[in-house]
Amino acid sequence: MKEFLISLLQNQILVYTVMAFVPLAFVVPFALFAVWWERKISAHMQDRLGPMRTGGWHGWSQTIADIGKLIQKEDIIPAASDHFLFKLAPYIVFTGSYAAYAAIPFSAAYVGSSINIGLFYVIAISSLVVVGLLMAGWASNNKWSLFGALRSAAQIVSYEIPAALALLAVVMVAGTFDLQEINRLQGGWFWHWYAFSNPLLFLAMVIYFVSSLAEVNRTPFDIPEAESELVAGYHTEYGGMRFALLFLSEYANMFAVSAIASTLFFGGWNSPFGNALTGPWWGLIWFVAKGMTFIFIQMWLRWTLPRLRVDQLMYVAWKVLIPFAFVIIFGVGIWTLVVR
Amino acid sequence: MTTYFRDIWEGIVTVLIGMKVTWRHLFTPAVTIQYPDVRLKLPERARNRLYVNMDDCIGCDQCSMACPVDCITIQTIKSTPDVDLGMTSFNTKKRLYVAQFDIDIAKCCYCGLCVPPCPTECIVMTEVYEFSEYERRNLLYNFATMKPAEITEAKDKLAVYEKEQAAKKAAAAAAKAAQAAAPAPAPNVVKDSPSNAGSSGDAPTTGNAPVTEPKA
Repeated sequence: MKEFLISLLQNQILVYTVMAFVPLAFVVPFALFAVWWERKISAHMQDRLGPMRTGGWHGWSQTIADIGKLIQKEDIIPAASDHFLFKLAPYIVFTGSYAAYAAIPFSAAYVGSSINIGLFYVIAISSLVVVGLLMAGWASNNKWSLFGALRSAAQIVSYEIPAALALLAVVMVAGTFDLQEINRLQGGWFWHWYAFSNPLLFLAMVIYFVSSLAEVNRTPFDIPEAESELVAGYHTEYGGMRFALLFLSEYANMFAVSAIASTLFFGGWNSPFGNALTGPWWGLIWFVAKGMTFIFIQMWLRWTLPRLRVDQLMYVAWKVLIPFAFVIIFGVGIWTLVVR
Repeated sequence: MTTYFRDIWEGIVTVLIGMKVTWRHLFTPAVTIQYPDVRLKLPERARNRLYVNMDDCIGCDQCSMACPVDCITIQTIKSTPDVDLGMTSFNTKKRLYVAQFDIDIAKCCYCGLCVPPCPTECIVMTEVYEFSEYERRNLLYNFATMKPAEITEAKDKLAVYEKEQAAKKAAAAAAKAAQAAAPAPAPNVVKDSPSNAGSSGDAPTTGNAPVTEPKA
């Protein structure tokens, strides 16, 4: 795609600008419709209907109306807050979650930046989100916000370890950090995907998925936002566009971790049917479909499970996921020595 | 150690069971009724907005007395014997003008106690339940059909009639006194029976004096 754009536009800077905005053109509509989707799924899981009126068919444009409202809202900054950090925090949060998209291969033909340490970059840059969340919680000068931010930081820092260890197992099998290369290695039928080709990697997938739930602050690990305890966690004091930006980055994060899971464990843009239905466009469709499946599972879990306590949260991270992740790494090490 | 592994196993299994439950509910039809489009059938004898059929109202004030929150206000004017107010659907004569029949539906507690006392079954609970208003005074329902001019006319007529009756009574009393004074009393006191145009011999007892048949 880069080569094509260079031949089309004849200008490097323009090409990189366009390349940088391509994921945004996906993320913003995705976040809009994922909110609607989440509301519909939660409603139907509770035998309700959810939004039904806006836009006609099953309230499909409800979130478009919502974002229209958010844009029009007054930009309120609490008087006692740290104004500079308060204003800065949503941008840092969104930058952190959007920057991860630079290395995510949407299709065989498109990856924002085909760096050879892609996975490493994604893990590293998504940690920037924690800084933004802490900043938002601290700058709000509100006890609920600060509690939410502290919990969020504790949780994300804890769960990054099992997540990174689970991804490390894949890297050991693949022998590369390049996400595009990892995708190519999983080519062919769906049993070539890492999750199905190796039982240890399937376990690693489960560990990564659970940790990623915690990293994006979703139920059962949503104690940073716990509506019934803290009003809304770190974004209690935010309104209007700043709130929308925090929300957008939350959904962007959701898709980012789903994209990583589908890239590393489920073949990314590879077709499940060997050489049938392949190609750049089909690749995009497969990739988004796999990501959406993970998004659906995240929502499904959200409306199934109650919230964990803080001690339970730490128990799961440090006493269950991390030991198992080490066992998997050890097992995968032996596997790669013996089988290959 | 065994508890550790059993806990993990139980955690996984119970999560899957929970997911199975929510998955089943995802495809269960919703219980939500989309209200303005779909309405639940009201139960029989549902109590909602009151309606008064003024054609049948005889102004007996029983509903107003039964009302525990005093939301019904009724004012009546006696009709003079020469006026025919028509019949109710229960074939009884209407004898009172109903000058005012107000129901303050904002006060109404929908107890339905006003309905059974009504002798002509003209006050009823309807099935209408959507009658919100922007102005509270719009919830004061006026059921009376009389115009102000008609009310004053009826009142004047009644006043005139009552004055006449009082005069007659006084005359009758004077005659009686005169009779008592006279040694041979007359067999009958002839009184004017109020002429009832268009109705049967069942004369209204609006006057206080006992009505006797005129004898020629």
